[in-house]
Amino acid sequence: MTAPLLTLSGVSTFYGAIQALRDVDMTVNEGEIVTLIGANGAGKSTLMMTICGSPRARTGSIVYDGRDIARLPTHEIMRQRIAQAPEGRRIFGRMTVYENLLMGAEVSGQTDIPALLDQICDLFPRLKERLSQRGGTLSGGEQQMLAIGRALMARPRLLLLDEPSLGLAPLVVRQIFGAIRTLNRETGLTVLLVEQNAHQALRLAHRGYVLVNGAITMAGTGADLLARPEIRAAYLEGGG
Amino acid sequence: MRAALRDAFLSAAIALGLFAPLVGLVLDNGDQGLVLRGRPIAAAVLVAMVFFGRLGMHLWADRPGKEARAVKRGLVVPTGANRFLAPALLAFAVLLPLTGSRYYVDLGTLVLTYVMLGWGLNIVVGLAGLLDLGYVAFYAVGAYSYALLAETFGLGFWTCLPLAGILAAFWGVLLGFPVLRLRGDYLAIVTLAFGEIIRVVLINWVAVTHGPNGITDIPRPTLFGLRFSMDGGEGTVAGFFDIEPETIQRVVFLYYLILALALLTNWVTIRLRRMPLGRAWEALREDEIACRSLGIDVTNTKLTAFAIGAMFGGFAGAFFATRQAFISPESFTFIESATVLAIVVLGGLGSQLGVALAALVMVGGLEMLRDLLSTLGEQMGSELFSGLAGDLPTYRMLIFGLALVVMMVLRPRGLVSGRTPTAVL
Repeated sequence: MTAPLLTLSGVSTFYGAIQALRDVDMTVNEGEIVTLIGANGAGKSTLMMTICGSPRARTGSIVYDGRDIARLPTHEIMRQRIAQAPEGRRIFGRMTVYENLLMGAEVSGQTDIPALLDQICDLFPRLKERLSQRGGTLSGGEQQMLAIGRALMARPRLLLLDEPSLGLAPLVVRQIFGAIRTLNRETGLTVLLVEQNAHQALRLAHRGYVLVNGAITMAGTGADLLARPEIRAAYLEGGG
Repeated sequence: MRAALRDAFLSAAIALGLFAPLVGLVLDNGDQGLVLRGRPIAAAVLVAMVFFGRLGMHLWADRPGKEARAVKRGLVVPTGANRFLAPALLAFAVLLPLTGSRYYVDLGTLVLTYVMLGWGLNIVVGLAGLLDLGYVAFYAVGAYSYALLAETFGLGFWTCLPLAGILAAFWGVLLGFPVLRLRGDYLAIVTLAFGEIIRVVLINWVAVTHGPNGITDIPRPTLFGLRFSMDGGEGTVAGFFDIEPETIQRVVFLYYLILALALLTNWVTIRLRRMPLGRAWEALREDEIACRSLGIDVTNTKLTAFAIGAMFGGFAGAFFATRQAFISPESFTFIESATVLAIVVLGGLGSQLGVALAALVMVGGLEMLRDLLSTLGEQMGSELFSGLAGDLPTYRMLIFGLALVVMMVLRPRGLVSGRTPTAVL
C-alpha cells in the first residue's frame, strides 16, 4: 500500500497553557474523503488549523506527501497544494466573485485560469451567473460554494473543509455535499471534512474520526461509525 | 415634517451654544490691551445655516423611493463610473497653467501635492486596509533626504528623487515590522507615535537636521540640466530658449513636475491593483484569515504596501523640499497626516478619482472660499465677509470636521464609493 497523503502522529496543540489537542494520530489516504466529527469545542477546527500551521503543533509530526510540514510557515504549507475553505466561509465581500476565485489561483501560481474557472462553474452553476457580482451580495449557500471554489482554484491535492454546512438550509447542504462527492469521484481529490453535521458527513465520507476534548476517541469507516450506538446517542439523536 | 422641524430647532440651539462663543465673540487688540468685540451677525448666519441644513437633510432623506435606491446602490457594481469625470479633470489639470495666473498655478501645485500624498496613502489605507495615522513621517523623510543629500553632497534634485523614495520606503518597512501583528485601532496608535517620533527627532537632532531652524537654500530642480534662474545666462532655461527669464516659468515647471509625479503614483497604483500583489492587498483589507488560508504571505503583503505607500510619500516630500527651498519640522505635524487621511476617507477608500476630488475640495475648495469671501468683502465693503475671510484659516479644522460629518451622513463610503473590479471577464 502506498504511503498516506497526510499523517498526523502524536500532535498536541496548545493555546497558551490550555491544551486543545492531545496526542492526535490520524491518516488521510490519497483519494479519500475523511471526516472529523465532534461536539462544539472538541478541537475539530483547531486540528484543521494545526495542519495549516496556525497555531503550530507543539509536539508530534504532520507529514504531508512524505515531508514534515509541522514547522513550515502557514503560507508555505498552503502552497504545497493544500487548500482550505475556512470556517465561516470568509470570502472577500467587496471583491467580485471572479476576483475571489482569482485570489485562489494566483497565489499558487496557476496559469490556466479559464480552464479552472470552467471546472468550478460546472461544479457550481450558481456561481457562473454571479461572476461579476460582489461576493458580499451572495446568499450563504452561494458564499460557501464560492469559498470551496476559491480553494479549488489552487488545484489542490488535499482539500480541507471546515464546517461547510454551517448555517445553511438542508437542501443547500445536500447540494454542497453532492458537489464534494462528485469532485472526489471524478478527480480523485482528497478531502478532509470537519463537520458538526455528523449524520451527513459520515454518509459522505469513506472514513471518520471522532474527536472528544481534543483527543481521538473513535475511528472507522463512515458506515461503521454511523452504526455504532454511542455515536448515534452522542451526535445523531438530538445529543446525549 | 413636525419631527424634522423639531430636530432642526434642536440642532440650531446646539449650534447657537457652540458658535456664540466661538464665532460671535472676538478678542481684538484695543487701546488698552485686549477688547472683547461681539460679532452677532456671523454667528447668526452660521446658526441659520445649521437650521436650514438640518431641515433640508431631513426632507432629502424622507423623499419617496428611498428603499429602492438603497438596494440599487448596495448591489450594483458600477462599471466605468464617472467615465468622463476623470479625463475632464486631467485635461483641466494639464491646461491650468495656460491661465498664466501665478495664483492658480501655485494653488494647483498645492492641491496636486495633496492628491499625490492621498494616492500614496490610499495604497496603505484604501487598498491594504492598514490605518496609518503617521503618513507625514514618510513625507518628512523624503523632504529631509533630499535637503540633506543636497546640502552635504551637493546632489541635484533628479539624483535625489529616487534616493528620497528609496529611503522613505526603507522607513516604511522599518515601521511595518513592529506593527505586522496589529490591526485597526492599535495600528493607528503605533503609526501615530511613529509620525511623532520622526518629527521630534528632526527637531532635536540639531547637529544633522539644524533642528527647529530647518534647512534653507535647498536647490531648485533643473530641466534637463538647465537652471531656472533670473540672470538668463548660459545654462539657464531662459538663456537656452532665448526668452525673457520670469518666475512664472519655474512655477509652471514645478506644477508640471508634481502633476507628473502624481500621475506616476496613479499609474503605478492602477497597474498594481490589477496584479496579484494589488489584489492581495485588497483581499487583506477584506479578511486577513482568509488570506492566510489561501497561502498569501501576509507579512510580505503588508510590508510591500507600507513600502510602496511610503515611497510615494517620499517622492512628494522631495518635491515639497525643492518647491519651498526651505523645510523645517513645523511642516510635518500630525495635522498633515490627518488632512491626507481625511482626503482618502472622504474620497472613498481605495478610489483614485475620489481621492483626487476630495483633495480638490478640501485643499483647493477652502482656499477658493477664502478668496471668494475676501473678494466679496472688498466689493461690498462688508466687514462681515472680509473678517470671515481673514479668520478662515483659523476655522480650517472646524470646516474639515463639518465636511467629514456631513459626508459620513450623506455618503458613508466616500465621494466615489463604488469599487472598480480589478479583473473582468
